[in-house]
Amino acid sequence: MALLEVRDLHVEFDTPDGVVHAVRGLSFDVERGSTLAVVGESGSGKSVATQTITGLTRGARVTGSAVFDGTELLGASEETLRAVRGARIGMIFQDPLSSLHPYYTVGWQVAEMIRAHDRTVTRAMARERAAELLSLVGIPRARRRVDDYPHQFSGGMRQRVMIAMAVALDPALLIADEPTTALDVTVQAQVLEVMQQLQDRFGTAIVLITHDLGVVAEMADEVVVMYAGRAMEVAPRRELFYHPHHPYSEGLLRSLPSRGEPGSRLVPVPGAPPSLLDPPQGCPFRPRCPHAFADCHDQPPLRPVGGSPDHLSACWLPPSRGTTTGEVPAPAARELQEAP
Amino acid sequence: MTEPLLSLEHLTKTFPVTSAGLFRRRTDRVHAVDDVSLEVMPGETLGLVGETGCGKSTLARCITRLHDVDDGRIVFAGEDITHHSRVRMRGVRRDVQMVFQDPYGSLNPRRRVGSIIGDPFVIHDVGTPAERKRSVQELMERVGLNPEHYNRFPAEFSGGQRQRIGVARALALRPRLMICDEPVSALDVSIQAQVLNLLLDLQDEFGLTYVFISHDLSVVRHVSDRIAVMYLGKVVEVAPSAELFTQPRHPYTRALLSALPVADPDVSDSRRRIVLAGDLPTPTNPPAGCRFHTRCPRAREDCASTVPPVEPVLGDRPEHRTACLHPLGDGEDLAADRPAVGDSEITATEEELSA
Repeated sequence: MALLEVRDLHVEFDTPDGVVHAVRGLSFDVERGSTLAVVGESGSGKSVATQTITGLTRGARVTGSAVFDGTELLGASEETLRAVRGARIGMIFQDPLSSLHPYYTVGWQVAEMIRAHDRTVTRAMARERAAELLSLVGIPRARRRVDDYPHQFSGGMRQRVMIAMAVALDPALLIADEPTTALDVTVQAQVLEVMQQLQDRFGTAIVLITHDLGVVAEMADEVVVMYAGRAMEVAPRRELFYHPHHPYSEGLLRSLPSRGEPGSRLVPVPGAPPSLLDPPQGCPFRPRCPHAFADCHDQPPLRPVGGSPDHLSACWLPPSRGTTTGEVPAPAARELQEAP
Repeated sequence: MTEPLLSLEHLTKTFPVTSAGLFRRRTDRVHAVDDVSLEVMPGETLGLVGETGCGKSTLARCITRLHDVDDGRIVFAGEDITHHSRVRMRGVRRDVQMVFQDPYGSLNPRRRVGSIIGDPFVIHDVGTPAERKRSVQELMERVGLNPEHYNRFPAEFSGGQRQRIGVARALALRPRLMICDEPVSALDVSIQAQVLNLLLDLQDEFGLTYVFISHDLSVVRHVSDRIAVMYLGKVVEVAPSAELFTQPRHPYTRALLSALPVADPDVSDSRRRIVLAGDLPTPTNPPAGCRFHTRCPRAREDCASTVPPVEPVLGDRPEHRTACLHPLGDGEDLAADRPAVGDSEITATEEELSA
């Protein structure tokens, strides 16, 4: 049994403009100790889905099921959720500054995280543990820095503090929502490195939400490609990058600048994503899809493609597609490697 | 030999930092751009990359004279525009236009798209109102917008379409030089490709010259003929695009390239990521000597005292210039420098930062 099993998740919000169908029938599994990347563009529902699982979407209509380590999270009491959140599921968000309280020292905040879940821990013990954690995520001279305030840390260091807090209680699952999007590329490399090392050391499963396919290629074991609130394709990392089945996944990969010859025209996905107030009938990608045909007016189910039971695609095109035709050459990306 | 369309000579720009205390004393200056010399040839694209605070946007704003420079010269089409008055700049602004990063913040939400794009015609008093409207609609069509949407407001357009509006406005007076400051950074990848293609098409059609600023190396590589890498207000390396990627000389360039995530599992599995220790030092008090020496795995004693000149090194051609005393030789790589989790003795850099 997987650590987290999400089945047929639907999330809707009432807004002044109408009902927003943010997530529409999403299912995925997260295996223990592995990294699942959820990739998608703005408004694809990737953040809403994971926030709903941890009970952070108030006022939303939610149906479906999300079983974490034997516990159903959807519709669970606030008490249950609070026990799970933080202790069993750690979370990191895009903007570390707004996730840290400016009035308290980072050491106090990490310690409070520990004490909130276990009041038998003394303040002194919690503080000691906080210093250990800060040092674990690579904050230099952690023992002195526990008494510093968030504003005294740089963006990358703040994100490390967030990671320290998220892993304080040795959670089985870490949900990282665009953890490096606000960071510069050299700092991003540091933070990704820390996440990977923590996973190696403690066997933490990671759900990594990102729009950056480069980060996916570096970090993921499995990938879910989301579009308009649905999973378009679920595949092991290599399968997705080398044998994408769904035309949307293929379109995303093709539109990357690193996939084209420098100076050549890229192959963009024409059009724009649909409004979630009124998503199109059938396959949501149909209006932008170069292969759309009559059947696409019915929503295709996620089904095995490419001869592998782990590779699922919600597309009516023949399952063998992608194994032979979907390969996208990556000349520019390969040249990067040539650099000494 | 053709003359450069734009040349920057020893450009320096600092900003005063005032303390937030009761008597707002002037305490320090941020060295945003420090002694930068670059030239841009007609019809080429010069990419400008670097991380937050490296001065790339400040440099762009100096070129368009949105900032006055402290020192140095800006020569555009043979004319020294460094100290042009507002009135004299007006003529230059027809030829030098800017496309901004934020397609939400750079368009007035209360004005109709047609009048936003038509602004340059009004400001420079070009054509009659009827002619202006026709020109605006032609521009809209050219950048891939529906000319019938002339009377709509910016809020009715998506991010990608808004960026097209920004491009149309910049294009209105047929400029010679376009400064694009992170033009696709706010866009999703499938939309980003549409806008990049548009910029490339317009360059071919109108013979535009671009200064293209981005933090995304893969985007810069795709559009640029030459790339300049900046670090803390200084150009550390400038080279033809392909050469910069295959033969980086400056350790910072090499680290930047290796930190870039590549959307290709084979590459990301096989290559070595060089993780730089520490964060950017503060630009109010940049390190002496080479500004990168506090994070550089190759730094030696002289790096802390000598400012390296930007010049060809190790027999490079004149178009490949590097500011490094100990540049990477042919085929040489940076030593592996992987700070491990739990290793709290990384460098002194971070202590300086926190101080």
